[in-house]
Amino acid sequence: MSTTNPVAGAAPTDSAPQDDAGVPVVALPAQETSGTSSKDKRRAKRRESLARRGLPVGAGQSKTTQLLVLAGMGLAVIYSAGPIWWLIVASTKGQSDLYASTGFESLWFAEFNLWENLQQIFIYDDGYYLRWMLNSVLYAGVGSFVAMLISLAAGYGLARYEFWGKKAVFGAVVASFLLPSALLTIPLYLQFSSWGLVGTPWAVLIPSFISPFSVYLAKVYIEGAIPPELLEAARIDGAGEVRIFFQVVMRLMTTGAATIFLLAFVGNWNSFFTPLTMLGTAGKENWPLALGLYAWSGKRTLAGETIDGTSMLILGSLLAIIPLAIFMIAMQRFWKTGVTLGAVK
Amino acid sequence: MSQSLRHKSPAAPPRTRSPRITWRTLLAAKGAAFTMPFAIGFVILFILPIIYAVVQSLYAVKSSGLGLSGNQTVFVGLDNFVAAATDLRFWESMGRVAVFACIQVPIKLAVSLLLALGLDYLKGRVVAGLRIGLLVPYMIPGIVGTLVWIYLYSPDIGPLTEFGKFFSLDWNFLSEAMMWPSIGNLLTWDSIGFNMLIIYASLQAISPELFEAARLDGASEARIAFSIKVPFVRAALVLTGMLSIIGLLQIFAEPLLFRSFVPEVVTKDYTPTLMIFNQAFDANNYNYAAALSLIFAAVIATVSYLYYKFTNKPEA
Repeated sequence: MSTTNPVAGAAPTDSAPQDDAGVPVVALPAQETSGTSSKDKRRAKRRESLARRGLPVGAGQSKTTQLLVLAGMGLAVIYSAGPIWWLIVASTKGQSDLYASTGFESLWFAEFNLWENLQQIFIYDDGYYLRWMLNSVLYAGVGSFVAMLISLAAGYGLARYEFWGKKAVFGAVVASFLLPSALLTIPLYLQFSSWGLVGTPWAVLIPSFISPFSVYLAKVYIEGAIPPELLEAARIDGAGEVRIFFQVVMRLMTTGAATIFLLAFVGNWNSFFTPLTMLGTAGKENWPLALGLYAWSGKRTLAGETIDGTSMLILGSLLAIIPLAIFMIAMQRFWKTGVTLGAVK
Repeated sequence: MSQSLRHKSPAAPPRTRSPRITWRTLLAAKGAAFTMPFAIGFVILFILPIIYAVVQSLYAVKSSGLGLSGNQTVFVGLDNFVAAATDLRFWESMGRVAVFACIQVPIKLAVSLLLALGLDYLKGRVVAGLRIGLLVPYMIPGIVGTLVWIYLYSPDIGPLTEFGKFFSLDWNFLSEAMMWPSIGNLLTWDSIGFNMLIIYASLQAISPELFEAARLDGASEARIAFSIKVPFVRAALVLTGMLSIIGLLQIFAEPLLFRSFVPEVVTKDYTPTLMIFNQAFDANNYNYAAALSLIFAAVIATVSYLYYKFTNKPEA
């Protein structure tokens, strides 16, 4: 289901211009318009030439240009996906092959060593890798879910109620986009440190609960998806505000909520500065994947004796893609909403 | 600013319905209550840290005369800011990211725009496949993308150095001269897919009749792209550009990772955020770090304001 979804979801928009263009194929014979202005003549000529080539009027595209554009796009795809190909190939190699194959050889398989590497990664560095991955899933999952609920409620309040200070709250939301994370995170570290939170999962989770960007998205989405009349009707029927929120608004907001969750999840999964500040000096057991990989990257020269650090880091990087990729493929029909939301404003 | 923010959400009036409270006030209070969890969190995680940073920036830790009785925190007024204003390392790092942002953001947006136009031009079945291929980098966690490119650049195990030799180019991606181009390429790789998708989404919103009319008037596809499509997606480009610049000025994770491979090139003051981080956690000078981050915030706000002013000019 998931693999064909973006195609199916996008198909109507993609093909719409073609369908429209396909209709007026009927070309006017040139002589009929011979008495009119030169502009009309030019139009007619063009229609005719397009019709002769069996093309719809809309398709004023030569084969050569089309091939050139296609070739350019193909190169871009190689540029985008090529590095991941290298990563896949490299993670199947043992350490000696890794260093022996540079240049073009590094883009193709040598001796297949993936299973040995896999066995090693779960015992390397006291076997923390799996733990880090679970931590990442926990931080990104729980953090984004709570952020989604808080943001939907806040966005709903901002979009559909009038109250004193509303403008200030929304102004603060937008202004906070400009704040450098260093300005917030370092004082927050000191505060959390005095509360004894540093080094615990809470030090990463709590900051992820409050997401101004999600509030912004929620407000924009609710303004488009929830008509005020509907809320009025529910009120007249005697529903309380809380009940309206959970039984009317939340149900109409499934797509919007999923989109907000998706974008927050990706953001949290990629987050690096906050975990490094809050957990970097504490024990490894609470680290997310990003911190673990960073620590391994620094170790490269030290891990000479039994296990090669580089091959572990390469395989660790490849495995770190899998949960995020699965999540994004499963959620891909919500990208479109997210992208459109982002593009509109 | 912080003062007005602290009052932003009125406390909900008492639940007992006094006859004075109108239905409308009650509704407003309920609306405010929905926003309340966020507002409280925002105060704790955004407003209080800023206040804390301001307070800290006015103090300094000084060792007392004999050095035996330990350190004292004393009020120093604007000393930290004066020191920051004359700290060459800080302004050099700022200059580095500013030049970098000025070059990388336009390139990235131009590439994304070209890809979006290409996708829009091709239409049909091939689009879906290309789009997924181009979105691969978006599915890769940021740190993994950085590590992969570091390895591709690496002369020991990556292919790119050998490729260079094949075309008789002797390049070293991890050298000082190539560091910013290397990071720039990595960031471009990372973001063109998603930016392309945003631009492509706005392209889809243009009414097809507009192209139809232009084609009948004899406009070439290139002309249509630059006279209709590009102006139409300008708003999306401006916003993406703004967010990219704010993000790039703060660049941290990528140089930090490069630093663990080539510490002699990526110094500990390489970017402003790297310097602030190291002042706080390496030198343990939180007070100076606070002053630096406040100045940095002011610079970002100014840049954003100027950018907004500049891009919002109506085109002649």
